[in-house]
Amino acid sequence: MSNLEVGAEQRLVIPGESIGDCTGKNLGSGVASANNGTIATRLGYLKENNGTIHVVPINAAYMPRSGDLIVGIVEAVQNNLWFLDVNGPFNALLPMSLAPWKVEFGDARNHMDVGEAVLARVQEVDECHNLVCTMKGVGLRKIAEGHIASVSIQHLPMVKDILGDLKIASDCRIIVGDNGRVWVDGDGEGIRLAVNTLNSISKTGHIDGAKALIEATIVGGVA
Amino acid sequence: MGGYGDVKLLNDDGSRLDGRAIDEMRPVEIRAGVLPVADGSAYVKHGLNEAIVAVYGPMEAHPRRIQLQDQAVLDVRYNMAPFSTSDRIRPGFNRRSREISKVTAEALSSVVLVERYPRSKIRVEIEILSAEAGTRCVGITAAAVALADAGIPMRDLLVGVAAGKVEDTVVLDLDKAEDNYGQADLPMGIMPATGEIAFMQMDGDLSMDELNTAVEYCFKGAADIYELQKAALKDRYNGGDSQ
Repeated sequence: MSNLEVGAEQRLVIPGESIGDCTGKNLGSGVASANNGTIATRLGYLKENNGTIHVVPINAAYMPRSGDLIVGIVEAVQNNLWFLDVNGPFNALLPMSLAPWKVEFGDARNHMDVGEAVLARVQEVDECHNLVCTMKGVGLRKIAEGHIASVSIQHLPMVKDILGDLKIASDCRIIVGDNGRVWVDGDGEGIRLAVNTLNSISKTGHIDGAKALIEATIVGGVA
Repeated sequence: MGGYGDVKLLNDDGSRLDGRAIDEMRPVEIRAGVLPVADGSAYVKHGLNEAIVAVYGPMEAHPRRIQLQDQAVLDVRYNMAPFSTSDRIRPGFNRRSREISKVTAEALSSVVLVERYPRSKIRVEIEILSAEAGTRCVGITAAAVALADAGIPMRDLLVGVAAGKVEDTVVLDLDKAEDNYGQADLPMGIMPATGEIAFMQMDGDLSMDELNTAVEYCFKGAADIYELQKAALKDRYNGGDSQ
């Protein structure tokens, strides 16, 4: 575990790989106890935070949690509800009772049709991945303008870290969804800078020193 | 299988026709992340066998009747390209590819933490580009790397490796002639970190001693392939400094 020390180079682990002695430490996500000791269960970088060892996966699907702010795209409409693609394994339900408008039965399509984007919040997730979203809340709305970019889930913390700098540099309104979709609205140049920065993070965010490099490109405005 | 008495498969000095020792594998090359559109992918070249595997998901399992309420379904599709052998193969599923898809899915279920994704499906597409002998083993080796590359939680990797018997001698990693004219074939799926066996089939006859020797050879071969799997996954993100 010596390479978990502060300042040590990040250790890349693969599924099944022993991560050494973890006595007295808590096991977080991507780590499991097995007959042959403590092993990694995902491909990613081993990290330790406050006595908890976990693997930050390099690739991961979005698994929704209650309270997540998401950018969803309407995939299907029925008389009284919408199905949202939330960039995860399962679609979410948005019932008309949780929409911000008064919707009559059979009138859902007139408020929001297939292909439209929304800013919503995950209200409820059960163990079988049944997912219900709500648009009742401050700032939750239909997205009518701007651009929706994608960023890999595991790089969201880095995106949130640099968000302030990116907003200033691009002069755009930016909302980062917990599902890896980022809404960017502003002028063309600003959107281009923001989207290129997000793409750079997705491609190189796992490399040591990437954050400093990306911050430098934002300041230079040449991402 | 069962042997052809008049086909010579070993040289007089005990080596094999292609010059390998009896416990020596064909050269193996593994690369991870070869398909940009897939969630995870891998390419494996094992002798003259070549396989490419793409993994998609987890995603909602459709049709709904295949969903399992407490775990994910591994939807494995093994397919040999029409140009993969000297005789053109008719495209599409056949009885053999159905069988191999099924046993591969069952083997991979032993290593994938399927209980993490109830009602979901993980799609594994195995395409054999070139076939020499032992394509199911190559498919399993590549599928394990592709699943790890896709970020699917797993308790271990899985290595496909085969041993067999030619001219009453147990040998590791049969080539085409040995597969066609040998006396036995024993493909295995081995979880290298734990040493567990996730998959084993046998064609032909082996005595108990021969079986033990064949299993021992398979474990030796699996250890070598495991190192290549690890190197392939680490190379993809470390810029090639793990070899």
